[in-house]
Amino acid sequence: MSPFDLLLQQFVNGLSLGAMYALLALGFTIVYGIMELINFSHFNVFMIGSFVAMGVLSLFGLSGQTVLLHGFPLVGVLVVALVVTMVACGMLGVGIERLALRPLRGVQGPMAMITTIGVSYVLSNAVMLTMGANTKNFPNPIPSVALHIGTAQITVFQFIIWALSAVLMGGLYLFVQRSKLGKAMRATAQDPDAALMMGVDVNRVIMTAFFLGSALAGAAGFIFGLYYNFTNFGIGFTAGLRAFTAAVLGGIGNIPGAMIGGLLIGLIEAMAGQYIGAKWADVIIFSLLVLVLVCRPAGLLGRLAPTKS
Amino acid sequence: MAGGLPPMLEFRNVNTYYGDLHVLKDVNYNLGAGEIICLLGGNACGKSTTMKTIMGIVRPTSGEVVFEGERIDRLPTAERVKRGIAPVLEARRLFPRMTVFENLEMGAFTRKRGADFDQDLERVYTLFPRVKERREQQAGTLSGGEQQMVAIGRALMARPKLICMDEPSMGLSPLFVEQTFDIIQQINRQGVTIFMVEQNAAMALSIAHRAYVLQTGRVVLSGPAAEMRENEHVRDAYLGEMQVVAA
Ligand SMILES: Nc1ncnc2c1ncn2[C@@H]1O[C@H](COP(=O)(O)OP(=O)(O)OP(=O)(O)O)[C@@H](O)[C@H]1O
Ligand SMILES: [Mg+2]
Repeated sequence: MSPFDLLLQQFVNGLSLGAMYALLALGFTIVYGIMELINFSHFNVFMIGSFVAMGVLSLFGLSGQTVLLHGFPLVGVLVVALVVTMVACGMLGVGIERLALRPLRGVQGPMAMITTIGVSYVLSNAVMLTMGANTKNFPNPIPSVALHIGTAQITVFQFIIWALSAVLMGGLYLFVQRSKLGKAMRATAQDPDAALMMGVDVNRVIMTAFFLGSALAGAAGFIFGLYYNFTNFGIGFTAGLRAFTAAVLGGIGNIPGAMIGGLLIGLIEAMAGQYIGAKWADVIIFSLLVLVLVCRPAGLLGRLAPTKS
Repeated sequence: MAGGLPPMLEFRNVNTYYGDLHVLKDVNYNLGAGEIICLLGGNACGKSTTMKTIMGIVRPTSGEVVFEGERIDRLPTAERVKRGIAPVLEARRLFPRMTVFENLEMGAFTRKRGADFDQDLERVYTLFPRVKERREQQAGTLSGGEQQMVAIGRALMARPKLICMDEPSMGLSPLFVEQTFDIIQQINRQGVTIFMVEQNAAMALSIAHRAYVLQTGRVVLSGPAAEMRENEHVRDAYLGEMQVVAA
């Protein structure tokens, strides 16, 4: 591979990983924007997403060994697995909010955040105990047809990741900008008390935030499994921490910021893996985080002065 | 109740607390439909708490809040908005990163979006041509006076029977205060009852029909605005240059 092709290849890989991190980062940012809560249980909603997707694929006879599908069956299986995973994760997110976080609403201090860490461990241990601690093969039924540019290649799978992420993020953006509930979400994020006095049902807004964020985490978990061809109960912590970093990097609470932060983290991971060594990826990611926070404490797109009173 | 008007809003022996802090103490108000009532009082006496109690942001520990003959003190805020109570909040509190138009939309949040939405929008734009010009601008970038217009417009979009205003003159230039009070009178003449907290007592009493004076959470005086203007206590405490603590 020529140096240029190599760079191009890593760019393509980075965009795919970045799309996954961006989907995951959005969940942190949406919930933070509305509740000023860092929701660490999000890590393992993502992990459970990969297991749900794996379960749905196995119902279609896809498990472990590689079975390739084509045409309609391929699209059908992917769409069903995606929808089921997203809905299941969305409901899991809503359940976590309802059971573990709503009772703490209005309690000052870090209690709610610490609760999310607890929930995160409950989820990962529950999966470990029921599914086993060993790493599972995650089947990828997508044929490795690819578009070649020099010696670099963009696979069909990568196109699918990009298209899917674009649709989900575009859909989220439209929802938040245009729909009545989306506007209520923005209003609540900007001034919860004023939104309440306009007649917004804040519980409903918070449930929506958890549902959307968790559903996107489910999609990211599905992509993770297809991309790396494995999953286990521990994947949430590494990927989740990177995505959280992406959200902070972009400016937590800021939706476009989470998208850009996610892409950046994906590109760094791919480039570091190629040119410096995969082990260095996290060193670079977290060094960059420190650097950005020192120079721009509110993140790349964040606003420093809070408008909340 | 003034002039035999049907009651719109009543407080019956309302007590409101924040934790251990007893803010409203056995408070009684009685607002007739179609009135402008102003609530005077020094800092921290419970004026904003009165507004929050009406809107349901805080709940009274005892006593009743009655709107059009029905108790509302246990109802969620959204239900109170639906029944026709809209706030103009202290310091305006627009949604800063939403456009002026979106802020107006939020005012109509509890209503179905139909033809009357456009009518109400027209009413706001007629009252405030400036708001129409600025409708695509982010609310946070408006001047204080423009924000006040949007805040009042946003309340009107709920098609309210009662508007509760918390210090509408705060931070506005004298000329603008006068314009705002003109607008408040206009809105009142269109049939909307106004309950207004004010520190600018002279101005407020010039347009109000009746007034209440709150002192450390108790109603110490009430009566027709004209009488209040003549009242020595009110003159000393709220119409003078300084706020003297009255005996
Ligand atoms: N959320 C709250 N929690 C605890 N105490 C509060 C809260 N809101 C208000 N208070 C206290 O209640 C008292 C009355 O406050 P309130 O805001 O009603 O005063 P106000 O009459 O509106 O004063 P100002 O003229 O300064 O606006 C104050 O002592 C205030 O510190
Ligand atoms: Mg006040």
